Amino acid sequence: MKFEPEEVKISENTPLEYQSQSGRFNILGFWIFLGAEVALFSTLFGTYFVLINRTASAVQPQELIDLGLVLMMTLVLLTCSFTCGLAVHEMRLNQKKRMIGWLAVTITLGAVFLGLEIYEFVHYVSEGATLSASAYWSSFFLLLGTHGLHVAIGIIWFIFIIIQVVMRDLNTISASKVFIGSLYWHFLDVVWIFIFTGVYLLRLVI
Amino acid sequence: MSWDEFIVTGDPFILAAQISIVITTIVIVFGLTYFKKWGYLWNEWITTVDHRKIGIMYIIAAILMLFRGGVDALMMRTQLATPNMQFLDAQNYNEIFTTHGTIMIIFMAMPFLIGLMNVAVPLQIGARDLAFPFLNSLSFWTFFMGAMLFNLSFVIGGSPDAGWSAYMPLASNDLSPGPGQNFYLLGLQLSGIGTLATGINFIVTILRMRTKGMTLMRMPMFTWTALITSVIIIFAFPILTVALAMQTFDRLWDTAFFTLQDGGMPMLWANLFWLWGHPEVYIVILPAFGIFSEIISTFARKRLFGYTAMVISIVAISGLSFVVWVHHFFTMGAGAMVNSVFSITTMAIAVPTGVKIFNWLATLHKGKIRFSVPMIWTLGFIPNFTIGGVTGVMLAMAAADYQYHNTYFLVSHFHYVLIAGTVFSCFAGLIYWYPKMFGHKLNERIGRWVFWIFMIGFNITFFPQYFLGLDGMPRRVYTYIPEEGWFSLNFISTIGAFMMGIGFALLIYNIYYSFRYEQRETTGDSWNGRTLEWSTSSAIPPHYNFAKLPKVSGQDAFWEMKQLGEDTNEIKQYEKIHMPNNSANPFVMSVFLFIASFELVFPMVDYCDFRVDWNTCMYDSKVVY
Repeated sequence: MKFEPEEVKISENTPLEYQSQSGRFNILGFWIFLGAEVALFSTLFGTYFVLINRTASAVQPQELIDLGLVLMMTLVLLTCSFTCGLAVHEMRLNQKKRMIGWLAVTITLGAVFLGLEIYEFVHYVSEGATLSASAYWSSFFLLLGTHGLHVAIGIIWFIFIIIQVVMRDLNTISASKVFIGSLYWHFLDVVWIFIFTGVYLLRLVI
Repeated sequence: MSWDEFIVTGDPFILAAQISIVITTIVIVFGLTYFKKWGYLWNEWITTVDHRKIGIMYIIAAILMLFRGGVDALMMRTQLATPNMQFLDAQNYNEIFTTHGTIMIIFMAMPFLIGLMNVAVPLQIGARDLAFPFLNSLSFWTFFMGAMLFNLSFVIGGSPDAGWSAYMPLASNDLSPGPGQNFYLLGLQLSGIGTLATGINFIVTILRMRTKGMTLMRMPMFTWTALITSVIIIFAFPILTVALAMQTFDRLWDTAFFTLQDGGMPMLWANLFWLWGHPEVYIVILPAFGIFSEIISTFARKRLFGYTAMVISIVAISGLSFVVWVHHFFTMGAGAMVNSVFSITTMAIAVPTGVKIFNWLATLHKGKIRFSVPMIWTLGFIPNFTIGGVTGVMLAMAAADYQYHNTYFLVSHFHYVLIAGTVFSCFAGLIYWYPKMFGHKLNERIGRWVFWIFMIGFNITFFPQYFLGLDGMPRRVYTYIPEEGWFSLNFISTIGAFMMGIGFALLIYNIYYSFRYEQRETTGDSWNGRTLEWSTSSAIPPHYNFAKLPKVSGQDAFWEMKQLGEDTNEIKQYEKIHMPNNSANPFVMSVFLFIASFELVFPMVDYCDFRVDWNTCMYDSKVVY
């Protein structure tokens, strides 16, 4: 899709990702998709809070949650959101290599986060808090698992985007993909903030 | 699991269906090969990204599903025609009302309207295609594969039997064993992907691809409803996705979301289901309102009365649609306060809907009305839909609802709104845009017969059901005894159902008849239309829709151009345009999703057994040779 309606004048200052029509459409479309994702996670949070005290006879979350580990995960994820922002910043400056470098850092930190989360889950399961232990643990694993799955998809997606940028250089198409990937990544960070407060910190007060 | 558990056996109806499926498949494959149409089918339809062809495929699929759902309905009505009828047994009846409801809502009403949106919306806003043509094709194929997966349950594995609302714990492994309910979960999940993508596609298209001068408040009403419907889809469908995932987890991986033990909460399913389910009702009724608005304004030859009020009403309805879901289960016992709140929000929906009814009537007032077939469907819609609406307000009163809940009164109410609203609009829209899709009109004389037979049959079917409901007949019962006194009204209702069946058959005949004999369109303007889709040439307008993108200076853009004597197809200067290429990827991707979903349908353990069986078979046969 390389055509341009003649009436659209592209100014020098327009970021690369907004310069093609398909780039603009894809970015708007992705924002709307994120709207749907908000609805998706709201439902998961709603379910979690409805079932929050329904632990039945299974192990209680207070006994298991290690806030130190969770704080580490939070810092890792927040940092990789920042590095992702730096990558987009470098892209705007047309610094391809630096952009790829920051994306690589982002992916690495994402993978570290995922590793910590898997470690956390394995620990819980070994203590008896399995997917089927109680309604509470079902909703806990579904909410966090969905978030973790999104992070995993984001990592794979970024790897493909990097391959495309390396092979086809930075152009309007690949730039819009980097930008959309970054929107997705920041969104996952926002969701994590809610998980951190709603699922973990809340346990300190109730 | 052995082969005879995999394929449903032992039922004469299903055996007949299996044989007819095999024969139809052979005939189709043979026909395509004999007439050398495989290439045509692949190049022109399966890989197409053209919004009109995708729209037509949506409509064809929807009509097939209407046939399937309609046959289900006729079987149910036959079973209920007389007391103690032995036509179906309880299990069959449960399966049939479940598939009837699911198919009619998810695989008939929604795709039919999305098909019409695909055909009309880009033309109405003066665009050359949707914003994401590739995604549009993917939407269609995931919907189609989801529908096929769901329908497959009929002959492989057994149909779901927990009702289209699939309440827990009825739909759990304990009470609905076997793969039937999994077909429901995976089929809906698969087609839900397509619906969400369609929603995104239409929002971007309508917000970004309008032609010059087509401001939001100059858009045709159908485009407005398409936009608002898409917004509802974006916020409602993820709820269904999560709810279906949770039920799938409960069934396949033993989680405890909706179970009776381990802290699960069955009513959570009902809440989540209707949190999606009620907006879903408006997803299938708002585009219907849009279609009727277009038709009324065209055939009354007047500008739509109260355009702004109409827009505000649709937006208000879309907002309210998210805050009424509890009225589906007032009897759950959430308490007087909760029930009162939801009672009031439900009744509040009658206000914007009433505004729309009065606006349509005011548009008719002093109009030069032509009673063409789309118009008589529309005129039939107004009183019939109003009956459905008024009984809806009766049901909205929480205290009274304890009396109506789960009776035929409710059944009649939602058929009055869904048939008189959605189905009438699908037929009216199909007939209205038919010349734009196929280059000729549907025969008017047969069309009138279809309308009268269907409309009268509809009233004969469902009007008695209000009284059956008030008389205490519960829904979803497969038989009743003579002493209950429900025979005569049920029998009348069954007669009406068969009249509707005849009306539908006649509509299909009309498609064939008109294809053979009806006069071909010469201009693009079949009905003296008012909106831009009529300004481009007919008989499937060219691939690029408009040779030159029109400029718009007011509402009813094409009408205005005609008044000013402008020729929209006159080209002073040619310019390069780019159209997207065909792609096989959406089809291939959907086939893989279908296979993956099918694998999930059969419970893990059983599935392994089945594999073992299969291996043993293979092994045995090797030994023999």
